Amino acid sequence: MRFGHAVIALKGIIKRELWRFLLQRERFIAALVRPLVWLFVFAAGFRSTLGIAIIPPYETYILYEVYIAVGLIGMIQLFNGMQSSLSMVYDREMGSMKTLLVSPLPRWFLLTGKLMAGTFVSILQAYVFLLIAWFYDIQAPWLGYVTLFPALILAGLMLGALGMLLSSFIKQLENFAGVMNFVIFPMFFMSTALYPLWKIKESSELLHTLASYNPFSQAVELLRFALYGQFNLYAFLYTLAAFFVFMSVAVWGYNPSKGMMVKKGGGPS
Amino acid sequence: MSQSTGLSLVVKTLSYAYGNKEALSDINFSIAPGECTILLGPNGAGKSTLFSLITHLYNSRDGEILINGFEVKKQSCQALANLGVVFQQTTLDMDLSVLQNLHYHASLHGMTRKQASIRINEELERQGMLARKDEKIRQLNGGHRRRVEIARALLHKPSLLLLDEPTVGLDVPSRKGIVEHVHSLCENDDLSVLWATHLIDEVYPTDKLIVLHEGEIKAQGSVSNVCGGDSTDEISHAFKQLTQVKPL
Repeated sequence: MRFGHAVIALKGIIKRELWRFLLQRERFIAALVRPLVWLFVFAAGFRSTLGIAIIPPYETYILYEVYIAVGLIGMIQLFNGMQSSLSMVYDREMGSMKTLLVSPLPRWFLLTGKLMAGTFVSILQAYVFLLIAWFYDIQAPWLGYVTLFPALILAGLMLGALGMLLSSFIKQLENFAGVMNFVIFPMFFMSTALYPLWKIKESSELLHTLASYNPFSQAVELLRFALYGQFNLYAFLYTLAAFFVFMSVAVWGYNPSKGMMVKKGGGPS
Repeated sequence: MSQSTGLSLVVKTLSYAYGNKEALSDINFSIAPGECTILLGPNGAGKSTLFSLITHLYNSRDGEILINGFEVKKQSCQALANLGVVFQQTTLDMDLSVLQNLHYHASLHGMTRKQASIRINEELERQGMLARKDEKIRQLNGGHRRRVEIARALLHKPSLLLLDEPTVGLDVPSRKGIVEHVHSLCENDDLSVLWATHLIDEVYPTDKLIVLHEGEIKAQGSVSNVCGGDSTDEISHAFKQLTQVKPL
């Protein structure tokens, strides 16, 4: 694979994803409205019942909205990862996935390119959300918005890889509702996006264990620390490891001889 | 390193099964440069499976496929760089314009913006689609979409063009136009073509014919050799005899 070829192809894949995203205005609006409703309605409602003690990276007592804002950035990336997964299943059903897969580039590169394109879109959404949150008085240190960027890349790649992995196992679009019920919601609710771990522990040991092993929790913690200019090594390593595991299985799933494309059988569509 | 066969496509002892169901059995054929080969077979004959194997969407455990001397399984990038494909189902992005679709394809083949623009203009002009380059695919009719797909498949100047039932669902003039255009590409540009179809009237007397049925090649050779003549009636009769299926 020539380096120049790889760069041109990667730019092409990202550009296409952006074109598609900008054309689907309702997708852009939905991606923003969802976390904003949680922020303006859910968090505001729970503000009085949920007090957040001083826990790192926060140095003072914080409002619930401040705590949940980072979880909602995670939510944006989680839903974006699943949206990419949905669009890959759709592309496969519609045939446009074939255009990508018959390109003269290694399959792992093509899938990584697609993943990077999706992550790029999710980062745009996250910063627009943060801008709106800024005017709602949820403000992080200026440096935090810079240090958040690499964390968004890793978290986005990990959640996108999870979506890609799922897309290699889902044969039809109709099965996608199952993903919502069995992946997105459990991952989101059993995480530190909405409540800190110590709070979960007070209610249930089992939930606490599940939440602490949930890769989404670690991605959210990585983002939380990064937004306040700090580095959470454990969350970083956990998210990185989860990314490699998900990506490896996804590449295997799309391998023409070994993965699910063969196991699913049936004629090629 | 490529194996210098001098052939655009070589398929050797290729077999493929979905679980226990055999889809292709011991397929052998080759295509020389500039040759138009018609892969004739009824629905379910294994044509799309064969295309998925040649394009490396599937991998075969048995047999070998070489494109311009490059083995698809082991040198997939080099092999696919020599290949243009038009799939049975439209694979264009409906919400993007003709230009955006073609630029995307060009980037996947590593063409710079400048190279891509030149080739896109050349191919669209050849297809009579240049004036519609800014239109969204959704606004084009089936025949025009196919023309864009053929232009796209030829952008990177492949030596082998695969077409999987490209005229399905098109009206008679559109079908005729595409059949003529592809045959002229073989004649004038030395392009090799593998054209899967179940429509007898798409076969030209100068074509090479492969009759595929139930995953096996029932006959192959020049049209007159396989059918004992090159008229539509003779091809139709031979097809019926070889497959026990009434041709369309």
